[in-house]
Amino acid sequence: MNLTVAVGEVDRPSLPSTSQAGPAPKRIVVAYGFWIFLLSDVVMFAALFAAYAVLATATSGGPTGAELFDQVSVGIETACLLASSYTCGLMSLAVGSRRRGATYLTAALTFALGAAFLVFELSEFTGMIARGATPQRSAFLSAFFTLVGCHGLHVSAGLIWLSVMMVQVAVKGFRPTVERRLQCLSLFWHALDIIWVGLFTVVYLMGVRP
Amino acid sequence: MNVLGKLSWDAIPFDQPIVMGASAVMGLAVLVVLSWVTLKGHWPYLWREWITSVDHKRIGVMYFLLALVMLLRGFSDAIMMRGQQAVAAGGAQGYLPPEHFDQIFSAHGTIMIFFVAMPLVIGLMNFVLPLQLGVRDVAFPTLNSVSFWLTASGVLLINISLVVGEFAKTGWVAYPPLSELQFSPGVGVDYYLWALQISGIGTLLTGINFVTTILKMRAPGMGYMRMPVFCWTSLAANLLIVAAFPVLTATFAMLLLDRYLGFHFFTVGGQGNPMMYVNLFWVWGHPEVYILILPVFGVFSEVIATFSGKPLFGYRSMVAATMAICVLSFLVWLHHFFTMGASADVNGFFGVMTMIIAVPTGVKIFNWLFTMWGGRIRFTVPVLWTIGFMVTFVIGGMTGVLMAVPPADFQLHNSLFLVAHFHNVIIGGTVFGAMAGYNYWFPKAFGFKLDERWGKASFWCWLVGFYIAFMPLYALGLMGMTRRMQHYDDLNWQPWLLVAAAGAVVILAGIVCQIIQLIVSIRNREQLRDASGDPWNGRTLEWSTASPPPAWNFAILPHVDGADAYWALKEGKPANQDQPARPRKYEPIEMPNNSATGFVTAFFAVVTGFALIWHIWWMVGLGLFGAFVTVLLFAFRNDEETEVQAEQIARFDRTHQLELVV
Repeated sequence: MNLTVAVGEVDRPSLPSTSQAGPAPKRIVVAYGFWIFLLSDVVMFAALFAAYAVLATATSGGPTGAELFDQVSVGIETACLLASSYTCGLMSLAVGSRRRGATYLTAALTFALGAAFLVFELSEFTGMIARGATPQRSAFLSAFFTLVGCHGLHVSAGLIWLSVMMVQVAVKGFRPTVERRLQCLSLFWHALDIIWVGLFTVVYLMGVRP
Repeated sequence: MNVLGKLSWDAIPFDQPIVMGASAVMGLAVLVVLSWVTLKGHWPYLWREWITSVDHKRIGVMYFLLALVMLLRGFSDAIMMRGQQAVAAGGAQGYLPPEHFDQIFSAHGTIMIFFVAMPLVIGLMNFVLPLQLGVRDVAFPTLNSVSFWLTASGVLLINISLVVGEFAKTGWVAYPPLSELQFSPGVGVDYYLWALQISGIGTLLTGINFVTTILKMRAPGMGYMRMPVFCWTSLAANLLIVAAFPVLTATFAMLLLDRYLGFHFFTVGGQGNPMMYVNLFWVWGHPEVYILILPVFGVFSEVIATFSGKPLFGYRSMVAATMAICVLSFLVWLHHFFTMGASADVNGFFGVMTMIIAVPTGVKIFNWLFTMWGGRIRFTVPVLWTIGFMVTFVIGGMTGVLMAVPPADFQLHNSLFLVAHFHNVIIGGTVFGAMAGYNYWFPKAFGFKLDERWGKASFWCWLVGFYIAFMPLYALGLMGMTRRMQHYDDLNWQPWLLVAAAGAVVILAGIVCQIIQLIVSIRNREQLRDASGDPWNGRTLEWSTASPPPAWNFAILPHVDGADAYWALKEGKPANQDQPARPRKYEPIEMPNNSATGFVTAFFAVVTGFALIWHIWWMVGLGLFGAFVTVLLFAFRNDEETEVQAEQIARFDRTHQLELVV
């Protein structure tokens, strides 16, 4: 296929510029707006990351990250979240081809993996608190619990949202509003994955450097 | 555990006559308004047409009204401070005890920035943007209503703090460690934090909504370089909201964790870092300055082009300058605290960046001047505000560049020179711009013009009052007077402060003139009626539809062929050559249904915020649960839109066309 010729054959002036095409369809507008929201969410995490970076060494004589973090457990936790992003992608495909059964199945898998992630996180938190490494112990631990906990809260919100959406699929079927919301939900879920990759690197990998 | 948390009768300051008097007046005013509405039977109308409305025009008007009401509250604080400082010289202590004076300056700053300046510009953007873009509403109409009511929740909380408990005594920036539990154990800082967290969510949602609207919803043919300048400056301001407000949310969340759960982000103990708060606060705070000023730069551009009868000079340079400011505004935050003790290199960098950001602003001033040059200028009220702005803002900008020099700032930091500077740019910029926009777009919103004579009287009182009130503060700052002083020993300062107090009274006269202007205009609305929808011979699309516009704004979406689309149409060069020959073909329009979601969510937000402030934990749960259920109900509703019949649209449009001919 000779693409250059194909492009050259198009009559350029007849194509209106995309910026002049008029109001975008609702599907585009909703997804675009949600992207902007995700950007703002990333900015909020950026502030928490900055606070963590400033306070990472402010242990106030308490335990350091190297003493606290269990990389095996966090590794499994990370694998759960990454896998849940994969099943979430499968869910988008199932929604795209209007298959209810596959949608429920992949949603259930996503929910289970997300919940497993939260269980690992909570057991890490309770373990640390049991050892006296509470957020009140030092500025470092305050920043750690806030940054990781804020991500955990986002995952919890995602799980609630996922459950509500499955009820909506059951009650309302694949109507345009439901499809748009599912589209936003999957964007949200993948964004949480991206934030976790940054978090894993900054907190759990850089945090245990000698 | 007490069922009502920390709340008890001690929270109400019965022993403070000024507070109780102010609360009584406010409570009485609210009671009178509510009973008037009830007696006249206006509740169904208010509920249907305003409270549950998702129409961007209605929401814009409500934002503006909210801001004007809060302006009265913020101004009362201002005049109390001016009164106190005019008399509390030498041994005199004035009439305000320190703990009350501290609350007043904190409330004044917080209210004026978050609940006056912000709703003024957001109100204007709400009303104008979709009309100028030639579309029927914003991208997310119900979300828009949620944003407004969350802002109103913040307003309500901050007003409750006057009666129940206290407000922060920390200044409007609430720097730790002073704002930490150790040094501010009362509920004042909690009122501040929760009011701003709740209204901040509303602002962020507005930002997301408007960015999406401007980038994805424009009339056919309206490319980026054909957008009116107001749309460009609003785009820049809303991008800044999206990028800056989450930082404020995160920062306040950290301070809340410190206060509620004993975390150590900004505390003195536990190796917390108070200066980190100051950095994070101004990473939001400096862009915030431009969120307030950029939209009104757009207002001035529209006003000056319309009333000079010329296209705006240097449209492209205006757009470039706007976007340059948008980016640069994130690179200057440290100039708010040069005295922190960063190295000379760091201070030098931020000093230079601060001077650079003055350049695009200068470009804009010259563009406005060149637009006027050779034009046939009509000196209407909006033009007076614009010219007043150009003179005043240049002075304020220059004193800002003065303070951008770090060694000079070491002398002027936290002095009245600084106070004079930022009032110079915020009053001379945002307030003047909002008033220009108010007089300019009022006929579009209500179908009749505002009275010119009272408008001019108001302008002159504000302008003269501003100079009398704030020029002395520059001198006082150079004499060494710091801000936020409840009393002072140096009697040489007193004459200047007496002059400043007189200036505040002149501004008060300006505000009174504005109120009279509104009353007189409503009374004479038949004489001031504008049937054409285009009272000023405007250039942009909002003037092409009826005043007030129908719910659907445009019967047929306009087709845009260049900048100043409506002007081109009036010049006899129809935007689309074959359009007039064809009869106008009307199609039914889908309009979003009214929704109580915003109002109800905001109600539960107030419940949650109040409960958090007073540690009433069961009520926190109740509020959050209520808000969650409200959102769920919204998500499960079935009829989202109603179709407006083509005949109804056609009938309205033909009537308007007839009025145009007459």
